[in-house]
Amino acid sequence: MSTSTLPASASAHDPAAEFLDRRTPLERARGVLHRYPALSPAIVLVISVVVFGFLNDRFWAPGNLSLITQQVAVVGTLAVAQTLVILTAGIDLSVGATMVLASMVMAQVTTTAGASPVVALLLGLVVGLAAGGLNGLLVTRLKLPPFIATLGTLNVYLAITLLYSHGATVRGGDMPAAMTWTGTTFPVLGVRVSTGVVLMLAAYVLVAFVLSRTAWGTHVYAVGDDRDAARLSGISVNRVLLSVYLAAGAILALAAWLQIGRANAASPNVGVDMNLDSITAVVIGGTSLFGGRGTVWGTLLGALIVGVFRNGLSLAGLDVLYQTLAVGVLVIVAVSLDQWIRKVRK
Amino acid sequence: MTTIDATTAPGRPGGTDTTPVLQARGLVKTYGRVVGLDGVDLELHRGEVLAIIGDNGAGKSTLIKCLTGAEIPDQGEILLDGKPVHFKRPQDARTAGIETVYQTLAVAPSLDVAANLFLGREVRRKGPLGSVLRITDRAGMRERARQELRELGISTLQDVTVPVENLSGGQRQAVAVARAAAFGSKVVVLDEPTAALGVRESGQVLELVRTLRDRGVPVIIISHNMPHVFDIADRIHVQRLGRRAATITPKSHTMTEAVAIMTGAAEA
Ligand SMILES: Nc1ncnc2c1ncn2[C@@H]1O[C@H](COP(=O)(O)OP(=O)(O)OP(=O)(O)O)[C@@H](O)[C@H]1O
Ligand SMILES: [Mg+2]
Repeated sequence: MSTSTLPASASAHDPAAEFLDRRTPLERARGVLHRYPALSPAIVLVISVVVFGFLNDRFWAPGNLSLITQQVAVVGTLAVAQTLVILTAGIDLSVGATMVLASMVMAQVTTTAGASPVVALLLGLVVGLAAGGLNGLLVTRLKLPPFIATLGTLNVYLAITLLYSHGATVRGGDMPAAMTWTGTTFPVLGVRVSTGVVLMLAAYVLVAFVLSRTAWGTHVYAVGDDRDAARLSGISVNRVLLSVYLAAGAILALAAWLQIGRANAASPNVGVDMNLDSITAVVIGGTSLFGGRGTVWGTLLGALIVGVFRNGLSLAGLDVLYQTLAVGVLVIVAVSLDQWIRKVRK
Repeated sequence: MTTIDATTAPGRPGGTDTTPVLQARGLVKTYGRVVGLDGVDLELHRGEVLAIIGDNGAGKSTLIKCLTGAEIPDQGEILLDGKPVHFKRPQDARTAGIETVYQTLAVAPSLDVAANLFLGREVRRKGPLGSVLRITDRAGMRERARQELRELGISTLQDVTVPVENLSGGQRQAVAVARAAAFGSKVVVLDEPTAALGVRESGQVLELVRTLRDRGVPVIIISHNMPHVFDIADRIHVQRLGRRAATITPKSHTMTEAVAIMTGAAEA
């Protein structure tokens, strides 16, 4: 802050500047982390990539890197939707169930009704929007806490999926090729990249753009930050919340398509538990569960960290249990870090 | 209970100059069993600073919340330029040109100063970037924010890109006051704007209130600080137990008399 232009205020500012300088290095680090929420996950990702690379040469193999990105794609897409909701100080437990429901509808209409892929994808979008819209209405109209509302719809969507599909898996080979197109790969600098990964990245770019460059994005942060202040500032809080759940629903439809490609099938039993993985990615990515703070880029880093940890630990020959343990520890550390960082705010 | 209106004749609808800019009649607001407002009248005239004083819980904040759409009164009517208005939400009042600084500052802590100044009325980029892609003109808003702060003489906010949560209480207050002053075209309402401020900053806010009045924007200001009130106000609305006890002026009454009316020790 420059004080040279205003002599009158210079004297009033000097003690403050002196005080700022007297912050301990730790406090200063906290200030930086507070201003750039994606910084701590970025550091963790770099360290974990280096460490796992040392532990096992195969970690760096192009095939392995390709595998990590493909493993991350679906959860990474769910996590974009989850980030939007969590930024408003909400949470969406139904992301996995919504995705599975949308993927079953998409897959089944192509096989049983012979629908074209375009129609199937549009229907999936409608399912995603309807599911997100119901969540949004429960939160804005019935004023249910998002945790409870989406815990309810998680079970509702799950039941509808099982009723609708009769528990049967639709194999990728039975669907038109476009439905599993998201699972196809192409080489980039020797690494095979799947179409799904590209679509996931597109979702990140789009949402990051909208959040940082549009008034809607600003309002999402404002609503999560302090709902009453947002309302008094003339923001229509309910409209913002509803639009967030709808946007999340649309992204979940995309995730459904990626899931069909990744699994080369649509199964009513796979992916429901990804809601927790998506929350994990968001939290590790530095987005605050209290809302108003975080970025989707942090979430992408968070999803990658989880993917790298799981992959690296399994390459190191450790049991799946240790992967789960490591992810659990990461979540606790990330949330503790967030609590500490938030103390910057008086 | 008598009501004195020492300066101006009560405005009559139809008259242009004497019609109050903002008028409330018989406002009632209850919270469950708590009576916040018990039939309050208020007139704000052109070019004046109207102070509202009263003990804690007298209903000052509730009154201005009803006037600015943050609360909907149970009964009574509100007239803007003599015409009845029914604000359902703060946005309605803002659209009508009434800007408010609430006692609980309505700022978004994680957003920067410029974003807070323009919160809820972001400016888009020109051309298709703005109309199609809906990109906000961040650089333009920051520039205008700097300009507004300079024009309003607010020197405590030097960097408009700092998140508001990193500011001191007084600086946050300055953000909220600046926003109201910059956008209030018809009426500006300030609920205890100097409560968190030091002597110099308080002086700046009072100066700002005068600037607004001289620009032709009438101001309603709530304050517990009697010297401030008597310094700045043209008229003083004394609120007591959810009602208007009196309307006085700094000339017609002394501070001691005002406090006596406020506490019920004296009749107006
Ligand atoms: N949201 C609310 N819920 C319940 N009661 C309320 C609410 N807001 C105000 N009240 C009550 O209404 C009455 C008037 O409150 P108000 O905030 O208007 O007082 P005030 O004059 O602004 O006081 P202060 O000087 O402390 O700011 C008080 O009795 C208060 O407890
Ligand atoms: Mg008050």
